[in-house]
Amino acid sequence: MMTKNNPEFRLPRIGKAQISLLERLSNACAVSGDEGEVRKIVMEQVKPYADDVKVDALGNVLVTRRGKGVPRLKVMLAAHMDEVGMMITVDEDDGIYRFEVVGGIDAWKLVGKPILIGKDHVPGVIGFKPIHLTDADERKKPVSLDNLRIDTGPVTGKVKVGDRATFATRFIQLGPSLRGKALDDRLGIATLIELVRTAPPQIDLQAAFTVQEENGLRGARVASYAFDPDLAIVLDSTPAYDQPTWDDTENTSYNTRLGAGPAIYVADGATLSDPRLVQHLVQTAEAYDIPYQIRQPGSGGTDAGAIHKQRAGIPSISISVPGRYHHSPAALARLSDWQHTLTLVAAALLQLKPDFLTTQER
Amino acid sequence: MKALIKKLVETTGPSGYEAQIRAVVRAEVEPYADEITVDALGNLIVRKGKRSEKGLKIMLAAHIDEIGVIVTHVDAEGFVRFTTLGGVRPHTCVGGRVRFLNGVSGVISMEPPDDLTKQPTFEQLFIDVGLSSNKDAPVKVGDVAAFDRPFLDLGDRLVAKSMDDRIGAAVLIEALRKVKKTPNELYFVFSVQEEVGTRGATTAAYGLDPDLGLAVDVTGTGDTPRRTKVRMQVSLGKGPAIKVRDGGMLADPRVIDWMVRTAEKAKLPYQLEILEGGTTDARAMQLARAGVPAGCLSIPSRYIHSPSEMVDYNDVQQAVKLMVALVSQPVELK
Repeated sequence: MMTKNNPEFRLPRIGKAQISLLERLSNACAVSGDEGEVRKIVMEQVKPYADDVKVDALGNVLVTRRGKGVPRLKVMLAAHMDEVGMMITVDEDDGIYRFEVVGGIDAWKLVGKPILIGKDHVPGVIGFKPIHLTDADERKKPVSLDNLRIDTGPVTGKVKVGDRATFATRFIQLGPSLRGKALDDRLGIATLIELVRTAPPQIDLQAAFTVQEENGLRGARVASYAFDPDLAIVLDSTPAYDQPTWDDTENTSYNTRLGAGPAIYVADGATLSDPRLVQHLVQTAEAYDIPYQIRQPGSGGTDAGAIHKQRAGIPSISISVPGRYHHSPAALARLSDWQHTLTLVAAALLQLKPDFLTTQER
Repeated sequence: MKALIKKLVETTGPSGYEAQIRAVVRAEVEPYADEITVDALGNLIVRKGKRSEKGLKIMLAAHIDEIGVIVTHVDAEGFVRFTTLGGVRPHTCVGGRVRFLNGVSGVISMEPPDDLTKQPTFEQLFIDVGLSSNKDAPVKVGDVAAFDRPFLDLGDRLVAKSMDDRIGAAVLIEALRKVKKTPNELYFVFSVQEEVGTRGATTAAYGLDPDLGLAVDVTGTGDTPRRTKVRMQVSLGKGPAIKVRDGGMLADPRVIDWMVRTAEKAKLPYQLEILEGGTTDARAMQLARAGVPAGCLSIPSRYIHSPSEMVDYNDVQQAVKLMVALVSQPVELK
């Protein structure tokens, strides 16, 4: 096995250029089904390095970068371009709009948040009854979408039913941390762009920048049908709920922890990772001294849930950059976790031998 | 056949981790197979026969995975928190024992309950593997275990963990041994990941693209004490069940008819099964590609998804006979 001390191959590093690309990606608006803004950035970034780039019927960007030598494994890497957000459903005049959520967002997280609507990024705010006017009983009731409205001011003609909206948060670096909206999964997108640039030569890299993950893994389903790969690795960002508990008991349900390295999936609600790929990532991390954590098995799902069941079956795994406060206006991730995720996946690809699937025990 | 059943049910193989049970099944089928493959997800696919003019390509599926648990956290005092692989329920866990793939054993217990009239939640349960702290714990996050219970032979009635669906695998293995000549191309699929959503059969059915699909799995019964008068019309000891419908599938009426005709012609007892909840690999086969006529031969079973699942040995033997009769002749679906 080549190791970190072997000078033959330089693993990719995250520097200023990568962080400013993440900033552009995080600030772009791409709610499920309307991923054009992120797609444009992805196309511009991957074109110089790709043998083939196409946008499929659903809007996935499918990038192929061929290797050299035979036989070669077809390795699919996937990250989703879409983010959770809102959709305008009813125009109530005077700049007031009813809306629904796209993907999973708790209604109470929406209250009072500035947002951007549609292709023109029309600014708006999600309004709610002010505390001056609520009574004690009202304050105990859960917030429901029915009593929330988007308020644009009013601006005439620019907002229409069907427009998507996202949080207006701007990306910022906070020392060792990165804060922004849609880090789920722009961190994965930024990682995948870097991997397209630096793919090792012994594999055929099939990079899928997918659509509609947040509303049911829909883009990945058709992307994996088209690619028909030998195996797949999904790059996502998963919640870290690692803060101390309110009563100082041991936190036993944290999903992942910030600063503990990339989160390798063994099992989530949609996929049981291929044991060979779990072993490969763990062994690679140990050989290269890269910190890693096993994501707590449980519910939730990534694009792997759609990919592994495609056609006659595709051995799959997911790996995530942990992040706090996902599916809210601002998530927080550690730069070091992102770097280690990129390094680990790059090293794992480098160490994939053509006969991996036939020789590895499972 | 009891020795085979004992061997199968005492092997550990939770969903996604079927390597051990796959090896056990493989050793049993090797002398009788024309071809053996293991597909991308780990399904063991055994071909017998070549399709003749009058024959069909038939996929037979029994799943070799079983329900189990997976570690989410080892706390400071060494107690192991876990979540489930497949449909494990809390009331069947407390006092039960589990065995990890690496051989470590443990016992499941629970935090003191606030309310004795309520079932505990999984958050209140833990596995005690005999530690005092999490230092050098022999299990870690992501490790997988299955319930641990020896096979119990009560004469006609057999009890074990993972009768669901090792009894189906036993029926397929016995049928494979007994099929001498067939006009059909038979694929005996020992499928993976059924308990987490018929995932193995989904990809196996796509890969094989069969003309006909038949699952062998357990079904519930209505023959145990209960307070309601509404009972499922399936009992232990009255023969294998021919599935009409379950929670995920309406069996193809032509397949039901073919199974009923065959059972009657062979003078084999059978029951018709209407199952309210749950489903089998037959659903995955039915929905594969452009659709496949599919049905299910069910083994009536009590206490499904507990560590003590009970079947009737006569039902099992009749199921083997019916399966052999079904696949040894040209299939007429009408």
